[in-house]
Amino acid sequence: MNLEEYKGVYVFAQQVDNEISGIAYELLGKAKELAQPLNAEVTAVLIGSGIKNLADSLAEYGADKVIVVDDPELKEYRTEPYAHALASVINEFKPEIVLVGATAIGRDLGPTVSARVATGLTADCTVLEIGDFPLVAVPGQEQKHNQLLMTRPAFGGNTIATIACPNNRPQMATVRPGVMQKIDPIKGAKANVVEYNPGFTPNKKYVTIKEVVKAVKNTADIMDAKILVSGGRGVGSPENFKILEDLAAVIGGTVSCSRAVVDAGWKPKDLQVGQTGKTVRPNVYFAIGISGAIQHVAGMEESDIIIAINKDEDAPIFDVADFGIVGDLNKIVPQLTEKLKAELANK
Amino acid sequence: MKIVVCIKQVPDTKGGVKFNPDGTLDRAAMLAIMNPDDKAGLEAALRLKDQYGAEVTVLTMGLPKATDVLQEALAMGADNAILVTDRVLGGADTWATSTTIAGALRNIDYDLVITGRQAIDGDTAQVGPQIAEHLGLPVISYTQDIKIDGKKVIVQRQFDDRYHILEAEMPCLLTALAELNEPRYMTPGGCFDAVKAEITTWGRKDLKDVDDSNLGLAGSPTKIAKASDKVRKGAGEKVTPDSPEDAVSYIVDKLKVKHVI
Repeated sequence: MNLEEYKGVYVFAQQVDNEISGIAYELLGKAKELAQPLNAEVTAVLIGSGIKNLADSLAEYGADKVIVVDDPELKEYRTEPYAHALASVINEFKPEIVLVGATAIGRDLGPTVSARVATGLTADCTVLEIGDFPLVAVPGQEQKHNQLLMTRPAFGGNTIATIACPNNRPQMATVRPGVMQKIDPIKGAKANVVEYNPGFTPNKKYVTIKEVVKAVKNTADIMDAKILVSGGRGVGSPENFKILEDLAAVIGGTVSCSRAVVDAGWKPKDLQVGQTGKTVRPNVYFAIGISGAIQHVAGMEESDIIIAINKDEDAPIFDVADFGIVGDLNKIVPQLTEKLKAELANK
Repeated sequence: MKIVVCIKQVPDTKGGVKFNPDGTLDRAAMLAIMNPDDKAGLEAALRLKDQYGAEVTVLTMGLPKATDVLQEALAMGADNAILVTDRVLGGADTWATSTTIAGALRNIDYDLVITGRQAIDGDTAQVGPQIAEHLGLPVISYTQDIKIDGKKVIVQRQFDDRYHILEAEMPCLLTALAELNEPRYMTPGGCFDAVKAEITTWGRKDLKDVDDSNLGLAGSPTKIAKASDKVRKGAGEKVTPDSPEDAVSYIVDKLKVKHVI
């Protein structure tokens, strides 16, 4: 493998139902940053069916080039045709770096593609930067420059590791949604659009989709919320979430929850914050009746202000809260709602 | 039908993560358990065995003490157990782990390979799909429900805001979610049989069609540059107000100071 042949920062521009997923823009924002010290182009790889018209929006968010793989076999996400598409693009265009969102699709696609093109893959990264490997020069070992350094939490968020892929190309990472920043779109920006089709011949690896069942989306995306009013098992019952909903309504927030609440069937999975749910970083995060298991904290600790209300003064949530209140949420939350209503009415 | 379930022994991060006085993770104080997603995969295999009849083999790669999780799997109802262990396999990343397990699976007849979606120590969710890729198998990840229809498997797969009902030809590989089911307990009879059951041990020489350059630490494309225990944001203020009114004033003050309202 001649590593010098591999150039450019590539992003898998995930789309679902011919709509670009937010993660694609986040990855482009990061790719632009990484491309600078490498003096490289940013390329978005857009895979789907009837999706050419989406290339412009990728340009507006930072793509210099868009490679479009458009084929009827790619209508709904399936591992094999998508892996074939992305692996073929990698083999043909030889990127130095490939970023994929750590979404359900990306974490299915990434491993298959990395194994197919025989390179390393680092999962669910939260920090990406260009640097040296090893970080500090070691006598007798070549120190490589301009490497992708990929930082990720492991062990349920208890440890953090920085990983490099010095001897294989491309350097591949899946990146946690909600962590990287998209750029302000450049209106009217155009990218160099290249169409590429490696040919799709169904084989036994093409699974058949018999049915697609979409969950009814009646909730706002908690990853976009500026204020989250999040409840845990301590809320006591699904009915009692009403007091959190009232608070959220007054303060312009959105209700989210912990895993315990989802496991109990009180709230749907798309409202779950934490390692097996979503990573959020709102301006204000109310943790109400949430004990603060490490897996939950991993998904919300980057919030600007964390306010915790819990009757257990030893709850680990107080270790990450900016403002912790030991007390009864059933008394405090309704009164807080009333008080805020009065305060905001006076403005 | 023959099913192989790939399992991993992991330190338990649930029910209390233990730290050393210097703030580092105290791995020795934590229990070693069968990875939850893998256990759900095993349970799914055992249910297929109950329903359709199957021979269930569990396979793990790890240190010799990983026999503990193989014993547990046998006690739950698995028929055979294989431990892949060898000094040269240590320090493997997901690529080298998947080439190793694929090398072991090439010795076995199977219709279905089931792995957990991800292990709670590494959280990568990569090894299952990578094994499938090395073996040229169709892969379906995030399995919620598994049915067999002749030579085909019909699976419900979870995907963010939707689920898919997928049909794949066997042999194929499925990755299982802990949410898939509630794993059964070991039975006394199962425990008794498990102690008697023989665990097959394979080393490097038993792996089929795998190059040395793809094994262990040396065969891992990803290298750790730095690892540390996570530095967490410190605790802020904690107050115990005398009344709900005091609690409310405290919160409202803070929201004002921080210009939220």
